[in-house]
Amino acid sequence: MKADPRGVLTGAHYLDGDHACAEGALAAGCRFFAGYPITPSTEVAERIAARFPECGGVFIQMEDELASSIAIIGAAWTGKKSMTVTSGPGFSLMQEHIGLAVMLETPCVLVNVQRGGPSTGLPTLPGQADMMQARWGSHGDYEIIALAPNSPQECFDFTIDCFNLSEKYRIPVLLMTDECVGHMTERVIIPQAEEIDLVERKYYHGDKSKYLPFKPDKDMIPPMVKAGDGYRFHVTGLTHDERGYPVMSWQCQEVLVRRLVEKIKNNADEIYRYEEENTDNADVVIVSYGISSRVASRAIDLARKQGVKVGFIRLIVVWPFPEKKIAELAAKTKALITVEMNYGQIALEVERCAHGKCKTLLVPHGGGWVHDPQDILAKIKEALQ
Amino acid sequence: MHEIRFSGLGGQGIIRSGFIVGRACSIYDNKYATMTQSFGPEARGSACSSQLVVSEEKILYPYITQPHILVSMSREAYEKYEPELQEDGTLVIDEDLVSPVLRAQIRIFKIPATRFAEELGNRIIANLVMLGFFTAVTNVVSYEAMKKAIPGSVPDRALALNMKGFERGYAYGREQLKQQ
Amino acid sequence: MNPVDVSEIKKENIEYHPMEHLLRMDRIPHIWCPACGIGTAVTAFVSALEKAKPDLDKVSIVSGIGCTGRVAGYMKLDSFHTTHGRAIPFATGLKLANPDLKVVVFSGDGDLVAIGGNHLIHAARRNMDIVVICVNNFIYGMTGGQVGATTPETARCSTSPYGNFEPPFNLPLLMESCGASYVARWTALHIRRLTDSIVDAFNKRGFSFIEVIAPCSTLYARWNRLGSGLDIMKYYHEQSITRHNADPRDLKIDFQKPIIVGKFIDRERPTFIDAMNQRFSAVFGDRYTPYGVPAGPRSDEKEGVNA
Repeated sequence: MKADPRGVLTGAHYLDGDHACAEGALAAGCRFFAGYPITPSTEVAERIAARFPECGGVFIQMEDELASSIAIIGAAWTGKKSMTVTSGPGFSLMQEHIGLAVMLETPCVLVNVQRGGPSTGLPTLPGQADMMQARWGSHGDYEIIALAPNSPQECFDFTIDCFNLSEKYRIPVLLMTDECVGHMTERVIIPQAEEIDLVERKYYHGDKSKYLPFKPDKDMIPPMVKAGDGYRFHVTGLTHDERGYPVMSWQCQEVLVRRLVEKIKNNADEIYRYEEENTDNADVVIVSYGISSRVASRAIDLARKQGVKVGFIRLIVVWPFPEKKIAELAAKTKALITVEMNYGQIALEVERCAHGKCKTLLVPHGGGWVHDPQDILAKIKEALQ
Repeated sequence: MHEIRFSGLGGQGIIRSGFIVGRACSIYDNKYATMTQSFGPEARGSACSSQLVVSEEKILYPYITQPHILVSMSREAYEKYEPELQEDGTLVIDEDLVSPVLRAQIRIFKIPATRFAEELGNRIIANLVMLGFFTAVTNVVSYEAMKKAIPGSVPDRALALNMKGFERGYAYGREQLKQQ
Repeated sequence: MNPVDVSEIKKENIEYHPMEHLLRMDRIPHIWCPACGIGTAVTAFVSALEKAKPDLDKVSIVSGIGCTGRVAGYMKLDSFHTTHGRAIPFATGLKLANPDLKVVVFSGDGDLVAIGGNHLIHAARRNMDIVVICVNNFIYGMTGGQVGATTPETARCSTSPYGNFEPPFNLPLLMESCGASYVARWTALHIRRLTDSIVDAFNKRGFSFIEVIAPCSTLYARWNRLGSGLDIMKYYHEQSITRHNADPRDLKIDFQKPIIVGKFIDRERPTFIDAMNQRFSAVFGDRYTPYGVPAGPRSDEKEGVNA
């Protein structure tokens, strides 16, 4: 399916990451947005509010993030593509509904423009410390998909990818950007509508009386229907069977939760995305994502000028985590160094997947500003000792 | 590669200045330009700045480390940012608002941008006067690209006045270069 | 009572419950206690659907969490059992994304008024075009009888064992002041009146709020020694005063004191979508296509051509 030209602002633009994200949503066909203002994500909502009236979309500023994050789930059940945007405390408030969207297998997109935390933290300054919250923040066991852009262009492109993944796997997809990328302005090329490929939601077309809302196809993903189409279906956040009816038993839990996990795990090879550079003969490989990946590139340049063989893997899809790739790198390099604006989140995953095959190091950083490339360079040298 | 800092007071259109030059470079001069700005809860009237990296190649590290061009439209901003300017850097100032204490190798270009803007009818376009001047005296961005980038970057109703300001600053800059 | 002679019952009477077409019979028996008032509210709702005759395929019902939160699960409609307190914002998303739907929120006082109170007041303020049926049993039933935001003063609950000392919300007053288009209150005894109010709400554009005072025969009755469910119905019978258009300020409910019931508010205000269309049409003119407006004459012409 191709994009609806009404939402596509074809051309070369000079946009910040937040505005580019809004344009990505419009291009992806998002026509329902519910949000609550919070720095540094508000510009996304502002642009959507300005652009929707002429594109046939509905924007509503809700009373809080709890409301925003469930309104988009309601909207998704009418067949619309829907999104909300937040940061810091707002992301914490949305966790319950990330869980609901996982449980109801509802396609929707949530954007977190990360700022420094915990609590109110640093509203106007960057962080990357919500990465584990993105993975595990809602209660219960589940898999999630999260992408991390490092430029305004990627904010545009990856927002479309988020919608596509969300429609394909019937799962909430998280765009984990950060204040730096959100407020950085660069050229953003928006292609023609017919050059933008969109994944169409899989709908049920069989006998109405036989429709079971949670009966999966072979790909483990159940086809969906829309409210108002006469299926008279039921969905619940309680553990449920294929009919969508609550069943309070470990057997039902096992069938449902295992499928929710496996529909992502078993398809992970199709979901993983990363950029890899000079990892073959590298002594040290840097692992990074988001704005930190651009900061790390400066340190890598400096190290290479000094003759150090440094490889680089930049995670685009952070969740699911590319376990096999990291294990493979660990087997052929001396050290994996994770560069992220926190005191060790993705670094824990790297350590887990490296499984002791090489040194795993972190360049710790509390957020509030990006790393000093010299600190990364120092860590590269430390790794070689 | 150019590392530039535009600085002044909140409300002077400093962020907009970085935006217009960045837009001109990246959309119309076919270069790469990354603009960043410091965000804060500061009130209108305090020192503010926008940073611009312009390059022929894709920009990875997006921040300025030691700018070689500092544009300053207030004393407070000048004092705050002057120390980071490279030894052989270029200083572009509103001469009525900034009284520089020059280091040896710094090149300086001065314009009474705010006074010119007032003469043209509104001090609000002082940043455009400064941008015209900046375009003439530095080799960061082409005049043609700037002429294309201004429409759409300022309010439509004020476009003509902004263009006038830009031209005034540009002409003044050309003259100064001839005199040097 | 004489034992029923089973041979006397005709087959069609035992096989078909008159409301079966609107209930998920494969989920019956329900979880509610004997003499609970929620079932009565559901009965009134089903009767109202039969009277109002909306296109049932276009009716969605949304519940939160709690005893009344289970209503969505028993209705043979598109039905959504959501999270605690958030039925209204879910319904808001549903309604705004497809204005053709008739969206009903059916939930309890704890869900809608306490944890979900913020959403309730904002939906009323926006005049979101949904129907909210709030079963108020003065207590948290599902979790075992805790005090709530509607519990009358001095009433005992498991977390107000010495009697509640917080003033409760006067829900009609709250809804009136927030801007609801339609506000009524009945007890579980007033089935016919309640049914009529739900019909009214179905035909009303804008935010409709119906409070249903209902017995929690197990917990509230036991904690307060109010006797059986039947005794509570007797209290409703003896102490309810019907007063339409009563001043909402007079509608506070005191412990075992008279309950004023009736239709209090019925007014016209632009809905969220009306106001949005009005504003954007004024600003954008022809560039704006009014949202969620049933096709006008132009599409009739088209149909004519196609026919």
